[in-house]
Amino acid sequence: MVKFADDRYYLESHEWAKLEEDGTVVVGISDHAQEALGDVVFVELPEVGDELVAKSEAGVVESVKAASDIYTPISGVVSAINEQLEESPEIVNDFPYDEGWFFKIRPSDSTELSSLLSVEKYREICEE
Amino acid sequence: MVNFAGWDMPIRYDSQIEEHHAVRKSVGVFDVSHMAIIEIFGNASQLLLGKLLANDISRLRVPGKALYSAMLDFSGHVIDDLIVYFLANDRYLLVVNCVNREKDIAWFQQRMRHMDCELNEREDLSILAIQGPDALSKTTEILGGAYCSTLESLTEFQGAWCEEYFIARTGYTGERGLEIMLPATPAKELWKKLLLHGVRPIGLGARDTLRLEAGMNLYGNDMDETVTPFESNMAATVVLEKREFIGSEALRLHQSPRILVGLIMNDKGILRPHYPVFMENELVGEITSGAFSPTLGTSIALARVNKTDGNLTVEIRGRRMSVALVRPPFVRNGKPVCNTW
Repeated sequence: MVKFADDRYYLESHEWAKLEEDGTVVVGISDHAQEALGDVVFVELPEVGDELVAKSEAGVVESVKAASDIYTPISGVVSAINEQLEESPEIVNDFPYDEGWFFKIRPSDSTELSSLLSVEKYREICEE
Repeated sequence: MVNFAGWDMPIRYDSQIEEHHAVRKSVGVFDVSHMAIIEIFGNASQLLLGKLLANDISRLRVPGKALYSAMLDFSGHVIDDLIVYFLANDRYLLVVNCVNREKDIAWFQQRMRHMDCELNEREDLSILAIQGPDALSKTTEILGGAYCSTLESLTEFQGAWCEEYFIARTGYTGERGLEIMLPATPAKELWKKLLLHGVRPIGLGARDTLRLEAGMNLYGNDMDETVTPFESNMAATVVLEKREFIGSEALRLHQSPRILVGLIMNDKGILRPHYPVFMENELVGEITSGAFSPTLGTSIALARVNKTDGNLTVEIRGRRMSVALVRPPFVRNGKPVCNTW
């Protein structure tokens, strides 16, 4: 069963964005995405300090099947990256919604979050 | 599921990487019924195959012994690669690539006109490949009876009929293993029994990474009708001396700097088909097959290049990544092997 986390927003391209208490936004990919990709073997992340524009390329996830671009759901400056992914990319498959996060971003405009997909909308897209 | 030359086949049953490790460490089973099985029989069979195959069919003298060979066109390019089993002087069994089935059959039929031999495609047979260090013991445990004595009598790269099963010690993984050809109904039963005995089903994804680690070519990726066996790391399967076969003349005149080599990624990132290969700033070729190697824990590739006397890099998303040049295979019998060029 594909899981959906209901405490966050989504992009049609299967990334999720979750607002933390400190005002940063964590980004990762959905369970649906990791399932479709198959075993993740390498993740190319942005660098801390990179300025990203919403819906632009922020990295690449390589699975046994293919290389896929990762898009950032919102604009801002990268404040942290998940360094664990370098040694253990498979945690993206095992825990897509928590340990398998990709990067954190300090949003330049947190109202962008409300323009993203709700979990209900995202679920509909996946089930189509 | 994916459409593979008209066959619905699973890329993976579960985790592709775990499937891969299962074959390297214990045993897995592949449903490779899509491969085409062709019988050639009649007095002129050996004469025909001597003309059609780049490897020397007359080397096969022990019944059941198999030979891997390219089949070439008149310009020396690869029509297909295949396994041929010698059953008797007037009887051979061939296994050819599914994508080339119609083309191969047409080629055989054209060449065998006015010759005392015939062709029969065995569409009734399925093929199960049981591969891995435990493949023989598991299969012996399950099959029992006459099948076991047949199995035990076989040496590497040899097959034999036992009732309606053709059992062979061959494979496409670089591990010990079997390929069993049998009618569809018993094939289903054997599949179920194997799974019940803990043999893991393996999809096309792991089949590809296993054969790549084993340094085995995939038709359509690593060779096709635009390249010769010499440009495809298949020189060892071509016997030119004192022989005339289709393509032999072209091969004798053939001069090409292009060769198929192995690459191992020195850095992070995955090598994939068609990525360009550079030496300094010169484009010297491209990757033909590339993937993450679960056994090595890094990416590996086969690449066709026209130069090897310098440091090679592969361009991935605009960045040049350093790779090591090696002679395939990358893995044999579960262990990494590293033969520098």
